Amino acid sequence: MDFPKELRYSKEHEWARAESNIVTIGITDYAQDSLGDVVYIELPREGSTVTKDETFGVVESVKAVSDLYSPVTGKVIEVNDALIDSPEVINDDPYGDAWMIKVEISNPAEIDDLLTADEYKDFVEEEK
Amino acid sequence: MDLRKTPLNQIHKELSAKMVPFAGWEMPVQYTGIIDEHRIVRKKVGLFDVSHMGEIFVAGERALEAVQLLTTNDASKMVDGQVQYTLLCYPDGGIVDDVTLYKFNEQRFLFCVNASNTERDFEWIKENVGDIANLKNASDSFAQLSIQGPLAQEVLQKSCNIDLSEIKYYHFMVGLISSAGTIISRTGYTGEDGFEIYIPPEEANRIWNKILDDGKSYGIKPIGLGARDTLRLEMGYPLYGNELSKDTTPLEAGLARFVAFNKNDFIGKKSLESQTKTGIKKKLIGFKMIETGIARHGSQIFNDKKPIGEVTSGTMSPSIGIPIGMGYVEAGFSETGREIGIGIRNRISKAVIVTKRFYNLQHKL
Repeated sequence: MDFPKELRYSKEHEWARAESNIVTIGITDYAQDSLGDVVYIELPREGSTVTKDETFGVVESVKAVSDLYSPVTGKVIEVNDALIDSPEVINDDPYGDAWMIKVEISNPAEIDDLLTADEYKDFVEEEK
Repeated sequence: MDLRKTPLNQIHKELSAKMVPFAGWEMPVQYTGIIDEHRIVRKKVGLFDVSHMGEIFVAGERALEAVQLLTTNDASKMVDGQVQYTLLCYPDGGIVDDVTLYKFNEQRFLFCVNASNTERDFEWIKENVGDIANLKNASDSFAQLSIQGPLAQEVLQKSCNIDLSEIKYYHFMVGLISSAGTIISRTGYTGEDGFEIYIPPEEANRIWNKILDDGKSYGIKPIGLGARDTLRLEMGYPLYGNELSKDTTPLEAGLARFVAFNKNDFIGKKSLESQTKTGIKKKLIGFKMIETGIARHGSQIFNDKKPIGEVTSGTMSPSIGIPIGMGYVEAGFSETGREIGIGIRNRISKAVIVTKRFYNLQHKL
C-alpha cells in the first residue's frame, strides 16, 4: 500500500496535490484496492464548482458503487477525460495517470485541514 | 451472529482472499480480482469453494414419489446418475428454492440447495414429505468444490480414478479424487464445462491443494464469489434472492421448461396452471445498457418516464465489456428489442431488452 509523502489525504480516501492554488485530486491506493476492479467513473464538467466534503462524482467497480468526495472547495479547471474511457487506470496508477480533476481553490487553508501521509496511514490501519 | 466457515476458510485467507459475509457464511469474494478470475474461467480453468451449498438426501421406497410431489420438473424421466435442475414451489406458485437434484436410484435422491435456504428447505421438505421418505440434511458432511473452465476435465482427471469423459453434461458418478470418496457431477454455474465435487470436509484442504497443484501448468486459479456472480449473470442464470423468491413464480422467471404440467400433482401445480391461463403480470428480462451507467440490484426500470419494474442483478460484463442486467418488468413491456430506461442515481439511462444469454450473443474473449 502506497502513501506518497508529498500528498495530503481526506478520510473519504481522496488524495490532493497542491501546487499554489491549483489542487489535483484522485483516490488513494487503499481506496482502489478496496474497490477492486474499477469499471466506470463519472466526473464533473470543467467549469463547475466542487465543495469540500460534498460529492463530485462516482466510481464503480464490478461489485460496488462509491461516491467521490471533494477534499477542497473551488472551480474545476481541468478534468481527466481519458479516465472515463479507461477507468481501470485507477487500479494501475492511482496517484499518477488516474488523477481525476484539477481545482482552483478559493481557500488554501483547506489543504492544511487534510491529513498528512502518516496521519492517513494510521487512519487506514484503524479502519482495516 | 457468527459467520459460518467452510473447511477452506484458513486457506482462503492464506491466499489473500477478500472475505465477505454471504448467506451466513464467511466466503472469499475475490483473490486477485474479479475480472481476472472471470477470464481465467472462460479461457482456462478455475477452482471455487462452494462448501456453503446445502445437501439434503431423500431416501426410501417412496423417495421418487416424495421428490415428484416437491419439485416442478419431472424426476420420473431421470436415469440413475442423472442431475436435474428443478424448483421447489409454495402452493401459490412462489419459489421456495431452485435446486439441482441427483438421482442415485429410485430410492435415493440428493438435493443440492442454496446456502441461504438450506435450513428452510429442509423444514419445507420435512413438512411435506416427512411421512413418506427418509430425510437427511447432510450439509455438514460435505465440502463442495467446483472446477470450471475449458481445461477442467484435463486438470481434474489427474487426481480422479474414473474416466471423466464418461460423465455426460448434467450427469454424475461416484469415484475417488486423490483417494477420497466423492460424488462428481458435470454441472456448474458458469456456462463453461466443469465439475462439482462433493468431498468429506476433512479432506477439503488436501484436495483443494492437490487440484491447484495439478492445474498449475494449465493456469488454474482459485475463483471467488464475485466472478461466480458475473459468470452466471452473463449466462442469464437466475440467483435465488435476486431473480427468484417466494414472490415470483417459475413462469414469471422464464423457467417454464422446468415445470412439468403433465406429471401428477406437485406443490404449486394448480396455481401455476391457472397462471398459464390468466397470463403472467411480470416477466424476467435481460437488458444491456445503451447509455453510460451500470444498473444495479434495486434500480428502477422505466418505459418513457413511467416505472414498469426493477433490476434484480446488474454489473459490467467482463466478457462483453458493456453493462448488462436482469430485472422484472410488466409483461406488456417485455419483448426483445424494446428500449427501456434504467434509473441510475439521479437520471434515466437508456437500455435495450435482449435475450438473457448475454455471453452466447457475443464474441468469445
